[in-house]
Amino acid sequence: MTKFNATEAWNGFKGDVWRREVNVRDFIQNNYTPYSGDESFLAPSTERTKKIWDKLTEMFKVELEKGVYDAETKMPQAIDAYGAGYIDKDLEVIVGLQTDAPLKRGIFPRGGLRMVENALHSYGYELDPVTIEIFTKYRKTHNEGVFSAYTDEMLECRKSGVVTGLPDAYGRGRIIGDYRRVALYGTDSLIKDKIQQLKRLDIQEITETIIQQREEVSEQISALKKFVTMCQSYGFDVSKPARYAREAVQFVYFAYLASVKDQDGAAMSLGRTATFLDIYIEKDIREGKLTEQEAQELIDQFIIKQRIIRFLRTPEYNDLFSGDPVWVTEALGGQGVDGRTLVTRSSFRYLHTLYNLGPAPEPNLTVLWSVHSPENWKRFCAKVSINTSSIQYENDDLMRPEYGDDYGIACCVSPLKIGKQMQLFGARANLAKCLLYAINGGRDEITGAQVAPAFAPVTTEYLDYNDVMAKFDQLMRWLAKVYVNTLKIIHYMHDKYAYEAYQLSLHDLEVERIRATGIAGLSIVTDSLAAIRDAKVKVIHDDRGLAVDFKIEGDYVPFGNNDDNTDNIAVEITERFMEYLRQHQTYRNAKPTQSILTITSNVVYGKKTGSTPDGRKAGMPFAPGANPMNGRDRKGAIAALASVAKLPFHHSQDGISYTFGITPSALGKDMENRIENLVDIMDGYFTPSGGQHLNINVFDKELLVDAMEHPEKYPQLTIRVSGYAVNFVRLTKEQQLDVISRTINHKL
Amino acid sequence: MQIGNIHSLESFGTVDGPGIRYVIFAQGCPLRCLYCHNPDTWKVGNAPIQMTAEALLQEVSKYKTYIQKRGGVTFSGGEPLLQARFVGDFFRLCRQENIHTALDTSGCLFNDDVKQMLEYTDLVLLDIKTINATLHQKLTGISQDKPLAFLNYLQEINKPTWIRHVVVPTFTFNEKDLTDLAHFLKPYTMIERIELLPYHTYGAFKYEEMGKKYPLEGVEDLNSEQLKKAEEIFKNEGFVVS
Repeated sequence: MTKFNATEAWNGFKGDVWRREVNVRDFIQNNYTPYSGDESFLAPSTERTKKIWDKLTEMFKVELEKGVYDAETKMPQAIDAYGAGYIDKDLEVIVGLQTDAPLKRGIFPRGGLRMVENALHSYGYELDPVTIEIFTKYRKTHNEGVFSAYTDEMLECRKSGVVTGLPDAYGRGRIIGDYRRVALYGTDSLIKDKIQQLKRLDIQEITETIIQQREEVSEQISALKKFVTMCQSYGFDVSKPARYAREAVQFVYFAYLASVKDQDGAAMSLGRTATFLDIYIEKDIREGKLTEQEAQELIDQFIIKQRIIRFLRTPEYNDLFSGDPVWVTEALGGQGVDGRTLVTRSSFRYLHTLYNLGPAPEPNLTVLWSVHSPENWKRFCAKVSINTSSIQYENDDLMRPEYGDDYGIACCVSPLKIGKQMQLFGARANLAKCLLYAINGGRDEITGAQVAPAFAPVTTEYLDYNDVMAKFDQLMRWLAKVYVNTLKIIHYMHDKYAYEAYQLSLHDLEVERIRATGIAGLSIVTDSLAAIRDAKVKVIHDDRGLAVDFKIEGDYVPFGNNDDNTDNIAVEITERFMEYLRQHQTYRNAKPTQSILTITSNVVYGKKTGSTPDGRKAGMPFAPGANPMNGRDRKGAIAALASVAKLPFHHSQDGISYTFGITPSALGKDMENRIENLVDIMDGYFTPSGGQHLNINVFDKELLVDAMEHPEKYPQLTIRVSGYAVNFVRLTKEQQLDVISRTINHKL
Repeated sequence: MQIGNIHSLESFGTVDGPGIRYVIFAQGCPLRCLYCHNPDTWKVGNAPIQMTAEALLQEVSKYKTYIQKRGGVTFSGGEPLLQARFVGDFFRLCRQENIHTALDTSGCLFNDDVKQMLEYTDLVLLDIKTINATLHQKLTGISQDKPLAFLNYLQEINKPTWIRHVVVPTFTFNEKDLTDLAHFLKPYTMIERIELLPYHTYGAFKYEEMGKKYPLEGVEDLNSEQLKKAEEIFKNEGFVVS
């Protein structure tokens, strides 16, 4: 076990275990101050902060117009690729940029060269010929690796969209480094720890696994050294622990910044930093070294930096994940396993940035809801939701038993133990399309191509439940196989060509891998099967013999009405697909999980999927995440929540996303009522047995319609979509209409 | 066993009583208020949903985590008093489960079943249509005797009551009637608050759907200024107004 040298920076802190081993949780538990008071202590932004934010606000306008503000065309990103960069050096108390200038996007050709070329080209830039030459002649990319190993069947599935959003041309992301380690220990101790790990890996029998691990740890050490150089360019020495609050915030930010300089992962979460940093802030305040406004300034400026993380993406990627998301997800609050709340004053300070700086989609502020959290905190969260629609909620009482009290959220909704688990991101499979394949004998309902193995299609005039179910079952089994095998290739190649050495240097040696697959279209499949079973569904074939439309005769109860008869279909499909996923071996012994999540791609999935037996017409959007289909609820909003809460977390541990939109007047008569009702909705939804994630939007429809017509008036209008938040004005028109149509507005 | 005739169920009511309400809309109403926004609940019998009190409780129990803290169930309508025995059975079961019960009524019926039901009712939302006797007949089709008897009984048993009053331009939005009402209600000590409901035309489409002529064609929504004026009248008498 590492014995770290005692340092002056640690004076005054309690606890022992964290001094002997890398154990941030132990440090937090021994030193944090729970807070159960209200928000009245909070301070406004300083003048410096306001000036920085004003300057950026002007730049955002240019960015919105051009698509990107500026982009690098030659030098690939790396931790130490650039020297120091500033927004306005004299005003910044927290420093550090991804490239040499704010909003300038770097390039990550290791993931895939064509993606970089296309993205640059679509915004009017061209990649430097030398860079192209290096990454074609001398350096193979992750993307090339994957495509050299894909089978024909995988390519077909990718093309038809029955499996989509695969991280085969960009970074897989969804890895959360424990960025707090840098502030608590300094890199000298972390490198020392890694060197000891290498010694642990010097054993009698060298196996392929050991070889791979040894190489990876060596890479991690060299990444940490580059990180030190990066921080030096800003005049900071991160080799030793942070000594006071400003250093702690700065070091944690640097640690995060290096990850987004090194990787263009699909989602780059921050982790769970507020309560950790609160320890330093409270200490400084106690010792008279920091005022509340100075504390807020640190947090405001830390958050500003997270708001300007940018990646260069292609327009097709943006269609799928609209609004330029990075998923700088920060988990706030929650309970400790000892029963104390993990809410601190800094939890409030983080949320307060939404008032000081105005609403924003990033960072993706995620409140870990517990019914046991202090009432003042719950009320403040509800108030912020009502005012800004910028935060999301996840059920701490559901996740804590398995994930403990130091987990974060990767990307949108997925829990990960910080520094101990990593995710092998796998996007999602389109189950609605899979159902159509079952009806059409494995052929794609749009192109007619034989994507799945050929078998007898449905030829009867009306769909028969048992017949469709048997065929669908077969197809789910097939889809799980192709999907899982595809992911094996992707993650093998990612480790080979774009290994995240830096982020993994902030993990334990024996990191637990989670293979996160996902499903889209669950409510469509459920309603389709319920309609086939409880009503009569007539098939309309075209001249190619494909079922291209369906007519429902009679009545059935759709998903979202808290009717067990229907909801159990959703539960069963979730479990069954998960079981098929579990049947397969995983890459590096990853633990299989799945999510019920679509991000914003519910609109794109809809475009790529033909008419379905639930009555949804070809091209129409899916419901987002685990949402019931729009307009099919007969018993109101809570019934819909109750249906979704039945979906088994045990079989979708990567998250079950529900997006809830409501007008202020439907939520309650006045602000006090709205706050109380929102708190009660969440206390009701987030029980220890279910209800995993909730996005809350509180808007008048008229406002959204006006924002569609006059985007220039609403630069900061933020809304929650499945698992993240976006600037409303950056959504495509179809997505905007989809959001508006889903807003609950009953005044009767 | 009593079977309830129910028009529809709403799991997320936020305007019919405190907190989140599970709202049960009874089928059938003897009144024909000109401004009614639920004319589809008038007809007695042939309800879309028919269930026992036990089954209804079972349905409500699914929502317990949402409604137990501040909310509860509200029986609205239609007119729940037409099914007082059923509502009483149901509210009795709710009390056993510690679920708060509210009755949203016009008070148009008063008998032993109603008295029995009120024993298990935690809060009454009594909709007083107007204090002007002539207007009452014209507006609702019935006299105001029964509602006033109901009101007096609520005082007698000291039942927590919220008075609701729909403010309709050209009908009830008139200073004299509003002032008279405020004066009239002042001695009733069981009244906890007054809820003034601004008239709106959202229900008009239902008349069209039912092939009926909308009786208040041409009457505009009450605007926020008018509402404020009406609220002042009640506030001046010392009422809590929302």
